[in-house]
Amino acid sequence: MIEVTHLTKEFGHKKAVNNISFTVEKGEVLGFLGPNGAGKSTTMRMITGFIPPSSGEIKVCGYSLLEEPEKAKSCIGYLPESAPLYPEMTVYGFLSFCANMRGLRGGQKKQAIEKVIETCFLQKVVYQGIDTLSKGYQHRTCLAQALIHDPEVLILDEPTDGLDPNQKHEVRKLIRQLGEEKSILFSTHILEEVEAACHRAVIVDLGDIVEDGTPEALREKSGDDSLQTLFRKVTTTEVA
Amino acid sequence: MFTGLFQIYKRELASYFSQLTAYALIVVFLLLSLGFCFSFGHFMEVGDASLEYSFFRWLPWFFMFLVPAVGMRLWSDEYRTGTIELLGTMPVATIAIILGKFLAALSVWSVALVLTFPVWILVNYLGDPDNVLILSSYLGALLVCATFLAVTSLVSAFTRDQVVCLVVSVFFCAVMTLAGYEPVLRSVNSLLPEWAGEVLASATVDEHYRSAVRGHIRWHDLFWFLSMTAACLYGTSIVLNAKRS
Ligand SMILES: Nc1ncnc2c1ncn2[C@@H]1O[C@H](COP(=O)(O)OP(=O)(O)OP(=O)(O)O)[C@@H](O)[C@H]1O
Ligand SMILES: [Mg+2]
Repeated sequence: MIEVTHLTKEFGHKKAVNNISFTVEKGEVLGFLGPNGAGKSTTMRMITGFIPPSSGEIKVCGYSLLEEPEKAKSCIGYLPESAPLYPEMTVYGFLSFCANMRGLRGGQKKQAIEKVIETCFLQKVVYQGIDTLSKGYQHRTCLAQALIHDPEVLILDEPTDGLDPNQKHEVRKLIRQLGEEKSILFSTHILEEVEAACHRAVIVDLGDIVEDGTPEALREKSGDDSLQTLFRKVTTTEVA
Repeated sequence: MFTGLFQIYKRELASYFSQLTAYALIVVFLLLSLGFCFSFGHFMEVGDASLEYSFFRWLPWFFMFLVPAVGMRLWSDEYRTGTIELLGTMPVATIAIILGKFLAALSVWSVALVLTFPVWILVNYLGDPDNVLILSSYLGALLVCATFLAVTSLVSAFTRDQVVCLVVSVFFCAVMTLAGYEPVLRSVNSLLPEWAGEVLASATVDEHYRSAVRGHIRWHDLFWFLSMTAACLYGTSIVLNAKRS
């Protein structure tokens, strides 16, 4: 579903992502771990087609992102790290715009909006202006936007950032549930989340994949049964 | 591609009218253009039924700072809120996003121009004007707007800073307006080599605008406006794409 081969991104002289390859199958949830500045967001931006890679290839749902960007993009749902929104719109207006952009119309659109409002618990704020929402609600509105066209591939950049513990739990549950029939790539700094929601985890550091395996396998590798120890062992503490 | 373009157009237009931007722009523009028409334009005294000297002549002067003032947020807002990342990952081409935003801003200007209709009614009431000529003048004014808007879009793509964008685009629009005036051209010619004067003279909107206002808009004027606009919008797409990599 997602196939990334030899992906590299350089910003000037700086290598943000260095020759990364991995795949995410249908029905798989891949957790993306790594310290700040490791290149997680950059990788996700390339997979979603926002920035072009310096070299390497990306295939989503069988479409090459460089050759057929629009076809590839239409089967991806993306939650950017900063959860961007149009502040002057209402939640409903924003979701309606996103649904339109994804080609949904009429009754189909209405249904899709109702569904994501329910899954992301937005019932209370449907007609509220986005600029007056709390941070967590803004984050959930942006998550709703990623789910609206029921995409086969989900790319979520820190989906639980800024959510309260109840909502964190709900989102993890949602990821696990959606992961049964979709391919999901999500990044996080919360190591328990990996064990709670992922089938597989990848640890990146300075643009390289340093570990790749199931949460259990990674835990075993650490020596004392905790991801935290492994994470600290394989990643550098200071970042350029 | 066109569905995406239309959706972006709709959203942008709604955003102009749900914020104060559109209203402020329209009110200020009407005050300035109609105010000038009746004061400095000496509309009542000269009995200028074509509206050429009293009304249309002044319009580029207002556009040259009002159009950048409204256009400066074209791209910087998308970058500030990060929504460019949403648009950039939706299945639409960059050029559709650019055109959608451009046409929305141009529509706001069309509304502003249409709302100057009281002068048109007035000349018809007072005299017997050539209405085709007036229509052609309105078209010319809209084309000047489109050109300035495209220039602003290009400048706005370069910088996230709205103030920088405003200052730089007002500068370019002012050059394009002023370069058509004889005294300016003459002093430029005495200071700069001949080719510089020619470049400047060919970049001026004034000559093309004036031929529209005089009623004989020529194909090459139309071509000039449209190619200027297209070039700046295409430049915008190049800059936006280059910025991402
Ligand atoms: N537009 C850019 N220009 C220059 N350098 C950039 C740009 N975007 C990212 N970088 C650099 O690329 C590296 C990777 O950044 P990235 O945002 O992918 O990290 P991350 O793994 O998502 O970190 P975090 O956990 O803090 O979100 C960083 O060193 C960053 O400074
Ligand atoms: Mg990041």
